[in-house]
Amino acid sequence: MNPGTGMPGHADARADARPGPETDPGTRTVLGAADVARALTRIAHEVVERAKGVDDVVLLGIPTRGVTLAARLAERLAAIDPAFDPVQGLGELDVTMYRDDLRRQPTRAVGVTRLPGAGIEGKTVVLVDDVLFSGRTIRAALDAIGDLGRPRAVRLACLVDRGHRELPIRPDFVGKNLPTAVSERVRVLLSEVDGTDDAVVISAGGGER
Amino acid sequence: MKHLLSTADLSKDDALLLLDTAAQMAATQSRAIKKLPTLRGRTVVNLFFEDSTRTRISFEAAAKRLSADVINFSAKGSSVSKGESLKDTALTLHAMGADAVVVRHWASGAPYQLAHAGWLDAGVLNAGDGTHQHPTQALLDAFTIRRHLAGRRGGGDPDGVGADLAGLRVAIVGDVLHSRVARSNVALLRTLGAEVTLVSPPTLVPVGVETWPCRTSYDLDATLADWRPDAVMMLRVQRERMSGGTGGAFFPSPHEYTRYYGLDARRLAMLPDHAIVMHPGPMNRGLEISAEAADSERAVIVEQVANGVAVRMAALYLLLAGDPSAEGNDL
Repeated sequence: MNPGTGMPGHADARADARPGPETDPGTRTVLGAADVARALTRIAHEVVERAKGVDDVVLLGIPTRGVTLAARLAERLAAIDPAFDPVQGLGELDVTMYRDDLRRQPTRAVGVTRLPGAGIEGKTVVLVDDVLFSGRTIRAALDAIGDLGRPRAVRLACLVDRGHRELPIRPDFVGKNLPTAVSERVRVLLSEVDGTDDAVVISAGGGER
Repeated sequence: MKHLLSTADLSKDDALLLLDTAAQMAATQSRAIKKLPTLRGRTVVNLFFEDSTRTRISFEAAAKRLSADVINFSAKGSSVSKGESLKDTALTLHAMGADAVVVRHWASGAPYQLAHAGWLDAGVLNAGDGTHQHPTQALLDAFTIRRHLAGRRGGGDPDGVGADLAGLRVAIVGDVLHSRVARSNVALLRTLGAEVTLVSPPTLVPVGVETWPCRTSYDLDATLADWRPDAVMMLRVQRERMSGGTGGAFFPSPHEYTRYYGLDARRLAMLPDHAIVMHPGPMNRGLEISAEAADSERAVIVEQVANGVAVRMAALYLLLAGDPSAEGNDL
C-alpha cells in the first residue's frame, strides 16, 4: 500500500540529523519532514487515481492534526488537477459528540465542524486523520457524516496506520504502515500545529487512545 | 464542574468554555438532523416546583437533542402537592436513576440543598430558584450579547467565539428586587468583563445592592443618554411576587412605572445604533416594554430563546458527558 516510504530501520538512520523530540530517551523519529511531504503527495495522487479525477471529491479533516493534513492534501490535489477547489472542497469534522468513550474520560471540549462549501451530499468524502489506531474515532466520524448527509462514498486517508484495530475499519490511503506495540505512543508533529519540523515520533509508555 | 447552581461560582474560563461549547451546539441546530447521540442512555429529570413553560421546554429540547431520556416532574398534581418533602422527592429520583436533575423551585437555595445534601448523586442544574439565581438564563444572555457585539470589535471570530465581553456596557432595567435573572447576569457579565448598570425604581432595588459589582441608577433616560449601553435588558415586572394587585406597594400605578421605566419608541431612538434590546420573557407588553420596542429590529428576544437551547445543551454536555472521577476533569 505504501511503496514510496522506507522501512522503519531506514527512517531511524535519518533521525539522527534532527534535534527535537529524540533528545527524549525512549523516543525515536520514524518519519521526517521530507518523508511526510512525500507521503502526502503520494496520497494525493492515489486519491485522484481512485476517484478517477477530482470531480465530487471533498476532504474532511478530523481535528486537530487531520485538519492540517487535509489542508495540505487540498493544496496538492489542486496542484495535480486545477479543477479541484482547495477552499470549497475542504472541511473539518469534529467527532467529539459521537465518541463512544466520553464517559471513560474527562470532559472533552467540543471542536468546530465546518462542512466543505461544496457540501457532502453525493460527493466522495475523503476523511483525513493523522494516526489510525483503534478505529473508534473513524467509527464516530462515520456516524457524524451519516447525520450530515449522504455522500456517494466515504474513503479514509491517514498519515500513519499503527495497527491494533478494535473495529472492522480499514484505511484506503496510508502514508506509512507502522508496526507498534500497544503501549507505545505515536505522535505526528506538524509545523502549523506544533511549531516544530514535521515528524512522526514513537515514544515508549502509556499508549494514547 | 458537577453542578451548575450559580453564575457566581463560575470562573472566567468555565464561563468561556460554556459559551464556546454552546456556539458549537448552536451550529448543530441549523442542520437537517439536529439530534446528537452524545447523552444516549442518560436520564435527565426536569423537577419543576414553580410554573414555567419556556425554561422547561428549553431544557427538554436540549436534553432530547443530545439523545438523553427526559422525565418531567411538576409539583402540581404530583406527590409534592400531597405533602412530600424535597428530600423524599430527591430520594425517589435517585432510586429512578436520574443522571441529572434540572430544578426550578420557589425557594432560594433549594438546588444547592439538592446538590449538597447527599440525597442524590446526580448533577444538579439550577433552572431558577426563588429570587436567587437562574444561571442558564444569564449564560444565554451573555451568549446572545457576545454573538451580536463581541464580533464588532474586529479580529477573531465574527460570532465572538473565544472572546469575552470586556468593555461592553449592559443596562438591566426594571424589577431587580425580585429578579434572579438580574442577579445571575450581574455576576456573569462582570466575570466576563462587561460593565453593568441596574436601573430601577428605589422600591425595587434589593437591600445590599451596593456590594454588587455594578452601578445602580433610578433614572432610565439619563442612563440611556449619558452611559450609552451596548445592550439593554428589560426585566419582567413580577406581579406574582408582589402583593396587593399590579405593582402592589412597589409603584403607584402601572402607568407611572411605564412612564419612568418602560422601553418605548422614544427611548429606543436614544440607543446607539448597534445596541440590542433583550428580555428574558415572558413579556408584559405595554408595561415594561412597548410593542414597538419588542418588535423592533434591535430586539433579539426570539433569538434569546433559540440560544437558550444551545446553552442548555452545552451545560448538559459539560456536566454529564465526561467521567467526573477521571483525572484532570476540572470542569
